[in-house]
Amino acid sequence: MRWDSWAQFWAMGGYGVYVWGSVGVTAVLLALEVLQARWSHRQTLAQLQAEQAVAQSSAEDLM
Amino acid sequence: MKNINWFHYAAPQTFYGLAGRAWPWFAVLATVLAAAGLWLGFAVAPTDFQQGEGYRIIFVHVPASWMSMVIYLAMAFWSVLGLTFNTRLSGMMTRALAPTGALFAFLSLWTGALWGKPMWGAWWVWDARLTSELILFFLYLGYIALTSAIDDTRRSDRAGALIAIVGAINVPIIYFSVKWWNTLHQGASVSLTKAPSMAEIMLWSMLLMALAFWFYTVALVLYRVRTLILQRERHASWVHELDEVKP
Repeated sequence: MRWDSWAQFWAMGGYGVYVWGSVGVTAVLLALEVLQARWSHRQTLAQLQAEQAVAQSSAEDLM
Repeated sequence: MKNINWFHYAAPQTFYGLAGRAWPWFAVLATVLAAAGLWLGFAVAPTDFQQGEGYRIIFVHVPASWMSMVIYLAMAFWSVLGLTFNTRLSGMMTRALAPTGALFAFLSLWTGALWGKPMWGAWWVWDARLTSELILFFLYLGYIALTSAIDDTRRSDRAGALIAIVGAINVPIIYFSVKWWNTLHQGASVSLTKAPSMAEIMLWSMLLMALAFWFYTVALVLYRVRTLILQRERHASWVHELDEVKP
């Protein structure tokens, strides 16, 4: 381990804002992208299920 | 080598299942590699004698920049396949790649600005490397805007394929810009032809992070292409028979 304390770790030798600004924004944006992809997949599945339900009920009406 | 029927795997129905089984593995690999890379880069790698701790931005900056270029080339690759063989999957793959590519291009510029400020004294300079990367970011945005503006899927895929292929000329320009022009941006730290100009432990941290980003991209693109397949094949009977789609 290269650091004596957490304070030292976060300070990054005076470059803390730049280093954590890079790592932090990268982590947040990648996490948001994952969430967005999941949300969009679930949304699509829900929509397809709804379409199926409508198709089935109208098929039953015809019988 | 035996003849593999690639067209079989490229059929949306087959690929949907294949991608569904594959993406979790890539996600796990990405997580493990990122953890290892961050540990090595932030806990083990020594301080740089010129840039102090500030150089550690390299562990996200270089992998993000590499991926922004690799993803654009992948889009061009799928576009060529799409235009030549008219396979349905190609357009979907190109489209699934674009948002992640745009994100990495943005991160390359963002982390570059945060690195430029303390080292050069400027968030931004109009040098060849930075400008060509900015153009790459705009190409991604242009691709996304154009393909989402055209409703007809086939036409939209074709128009997108053209941007992807023509824009690919920008990728070697980014890569060689530090050689062809006098840039404030430094030359390549790692190249295929000569020994890397950085300490081994730093190099390994960076390569681990690059691999992590690569696998992240594969996992996410496979995941996203499944959503696109469902949307485009919504009227196909195989979609209606999927367990996850049955009401």
